[in-house]
Formats: sequence, structure tokens, C-alpha cells
Amino acid sequence: MIRACSVSELPEGEALRLPGPVPVSVFHAEGAYYALDDTCSHQDASLADGWIEGCYVECPLHAARFDLRTGAPDCLPAKNAVRTYPVVIADGVIYVDTEARQEVA
Amino acid sequence: MRTIAVVGTSLAGLRAAQELRGRGFDGRLVMIGAEPPYDRPPLSKDFLLGKVSADDLALAGQDDLDALAAEWHLGVRAEKLGREGVTLGDGTTVAADGYVIATGAVARTLDAARDLSGIHTLRTLGDAVALKAALAAGPSSVVVIGAGFIGAEVASACRLLGHEVTVVEAMPVPLASVLGARMGAVCGDLHAENDVRLITGVPVAGFDGDGRVTGVRLADGRELLADLVVAGVGARPAIGWLTGSGLAVDDGVLVDSGCVTVNPRVIAVGDVARYRCPLRGGRVRAEHWTAASEQPGVAVANLLAGSTVTHFARHGYFWSDQYGRRLQFAGVATEDVRIAEGDVASKRFVATYHRGDVLAGVFAIDSPRPFTRLRRALRSLGEPRR
Repeated sequence: MIRACSVSELPEGEALRLPGPVPVSVFHAEGAYYALDDTCSHQDASLADGWIEGCYVECPLHAARFDLRTGAPDCLPAKNAVRTYPVVIADGVIYVDTEARQEVA
Repeated sequence: MRTIAVVGTSLAGLRAAQELRGRGFDGRLVMIGAEPPYDRPPLSKDFLLGKVSADDLALAGQDDLDALAAEWHLGVRAEKLGREGVTLGDGTTVAADGYVIATGAVARTLDAARDLSGIHTLRTLGDAVALKAALAAGPSSVVVIGAGFIGAEVASACRLLGHEVTVVEAMPVPLASVLGARMGAVCGDLHAENDVRLITGVPVAGFDGDGRVTGVRLADGRELLADLVVAGVGARPAIGWLTGSGLAVDDGVLVDSGCVTVNPRVIAVGDVARYRCPLRGGRVRAEHWTAASEQPGVAVANLLAGSTVTHFARHGYFWSDQYGRRLQFAGVATEDVRIAEGDVASKRFVATYHRGDVLAGVFAIDSPRPFTRLRRALRSLGEPRR
């Protein structure tokens, strides 16, 4: 588990990139928190810089959209899903279980 | 409609096929193309640098292609569109009730280059493979003609591969027609900052060499040594096969704001389509990835409806990767340019273009997050409500 930030630091519609060998980002959308691989599966771009709408994030470079719940893309140019990770909220702090990569959709 | 033929199997053609199936067309779908669907933008960037392979460029996996349940005619060109259907290079004729024209564009070439080897263009995977091999042979001096996006990206890739590069641009400021003079100059500076020589305001007069190019002659009398030349001088729409089709053709297939030709059973999308743009007022060809991806949704809806029921009214968007920097642009460039965030000197900024109080365009270098937000603002301001 790694500490992302406090709940108050991540308002609805925002994302935070957690740097690391495989950067992971945590998203706050539709009242819930999601964690995904930060790098778009199509080309090197940070999804944390993207546009969050509903339960989707749109890559800031080529506008591929990923479902925050599953990591699956719903349009070109992305063809492959990004991995998702469990998010745990405890005492007002957001944690991401980066060890427990969930199977891609 | 029982049969629809999609002519051209690059991004716009593939997207049209996906939209047809996605919108419930369950008839016979015929795909006709010289090449299988692959993504072009990486050809001048990561492909030349060896970061991605030809396989990585595929626009769709086999499962996705199978899901289209289409009949494919690949490796063959359409030669004619007439009353009897599309006639292919192998003599086959495909008769259909509806047609999607997505034949794209082909690289412009320089007449003076005709009899010399060592002069490349970059449009297709084949072009990129040839250029990559030529670069691997270790040219001592590369000259890139044209400082537009393709030229700049190729120059950047060549520089990153360690080659000596000179860029020649006929216009006084690179990209001024697209980004305006001020931002065009900022982009032009990227070359010198990365040890690439940029010569502007001078057209190319011809080439030296006997069989193989050895130099480039400029209109002002200068001569540049070059054993590899890349001409990035634009593209022309692939419309030759439409002669006699009855369609209106002038620097592209003329279509309305819904990408529909004079014949409601024929639509045109992507680089080949010259559409009436409600946001810009006139007819334009949008030679960019995003337009090729987005137009088919509108065009196919109109084809299936039998008339223009929806319009393509989205701001143009494109990106470019040069010298490790990410350039993004959306909308229209005007004279009124303001720096919204960052600073130009550091080459990390967002600039906005204005028309009076209205946001007209956005350009950014290495600032994807604020760019995306401003691009959204542009979209919602400029898009007429449907």
C-alpha cells in the first residue's frame, strides 16, 4: 500500500500522479476513487493530465478514453487496457495497493 | 442499404466501418484499400527512432477486424467510381448501395527529384521503412525540405539519431500559416536549440548529383551538401480515381458540413474530404488524425439516414512531438496571441488566440493538462448546439 494523499487534497474531477517505476494515478470521479496505470497504453502520455468526465478519463494527447472502473479503452487510438489497482480510504487518507495489480479488462 | 463499400482502409476508412457496425448496419460491408489499417503519426517519430515496430502501428487487432465482418480487398487500389460501382486495379468491380470515400492523400514530390535516388518523402509505412534504412546507412549530411510538422519531426528524429541536419523552408517563418507568425517563430527556434540549422525564406531551386543526390541548390545560389534529402512539402488528396464519377472534386472531394457529397449515397471522410466547416466559414480539408477519427461518426450517420441530419462542427486538433517536446494545437490561430501559462523562453507554455472576447485557439508546448482544459473551453464555446 502506498499513501497517495489526503481525501481533502483530491477534489472531484481531479487526478494525482504517483511517480514510480510504473507511475500510477489516482482519480476522483463520480464520488469514488480509482487507481490506474498513469501511462496511456497507446503512447507515452500521463492520464493524470487528462480530462475526467463521468467514469472515464480522456488521454490528453490523442483523446483515447479509458474506463476508470476497468481500465478498458472505449475508442481508438488505444487498443489495450491499462491496469487498475485497489484503492483504500482510511482515516481520510487515500491509499493505493500498487502490489495488487488487477487483471486488465 | 444492403451493401456499403468503404474505399480507403486507413484511419478514416476503418473508423467509418466501425461506425457503420456500431450504428447497426448489418448488411454487406466491403473494405477496399492499398494497405491494411495502420497509424501514421508515429512514422515520422517513434518509428524512425526504432521505439515502435510496424506491428505496433496496427490500428486494430485481428479480433477487432473480425468483429467488423467485412469483405476485404487489400493491396489493391480503386481505379474508378461509376454507375456500375467501384472498379479495382485487379479488374474486380464492387457494386454497392452506399460508398465511403476515404482514400486520403499522397505525399507531394518535387519534380526536380524525379531522376535521383536518396530523395525521400514520408507518408506511408513503406516510405518510413525506406527512410529508416537510408538513415541506418549513415548519411553524412541530411537536408529536410519543409519546416512544417512532418519536416520538423523528421529533422528532430534525424538529429536524435545523431545526424547532421539542415532544414530548408521557403516561407520566412515556419508554420506561420498554421500557428501564426509569433508561435511559428517559437517552433522555428526549436531547430537551432537542438543544433539543427534552419534556413528560411528561400525556396529550393534543384538538386545536384548524378543518379544519386549529392546536394541541394537554393534559389539564392547557395548550395548545401546532402547525401540524404527528405521532402516534407505537403500532401495532395487522392482523387484521381474519381474522374468521371459525377462527384464535385476540387483539391478534395467536395462535401457539405455533414461530409456528404452531391450524391447522398456517397460520403467522404478524412484527408480527402473538403468539407464546409461551420466554425471556419469556408471549405477546408483537415489533414489531421483527429478529424479522420471523428468525421466518420457524423458522415456515417448521414449516409444511413439518407440525408444530412448532423454536421461536423469540431475544432481542429493536432499534436506534434519534436526534440523531446510535445506541441499541441486546437482551433484557429489569430493575430491576438496571449501567453496564458508558463513562459515562451523555457519552451513550456500555453498560448491562447482570441477574436475579440472569444477564445479562437490554443497552442501549448509541454503543457498537456492546461492545454486540455483550454481545448475543452474552446470546444464548448465554438460548438453550435444541436
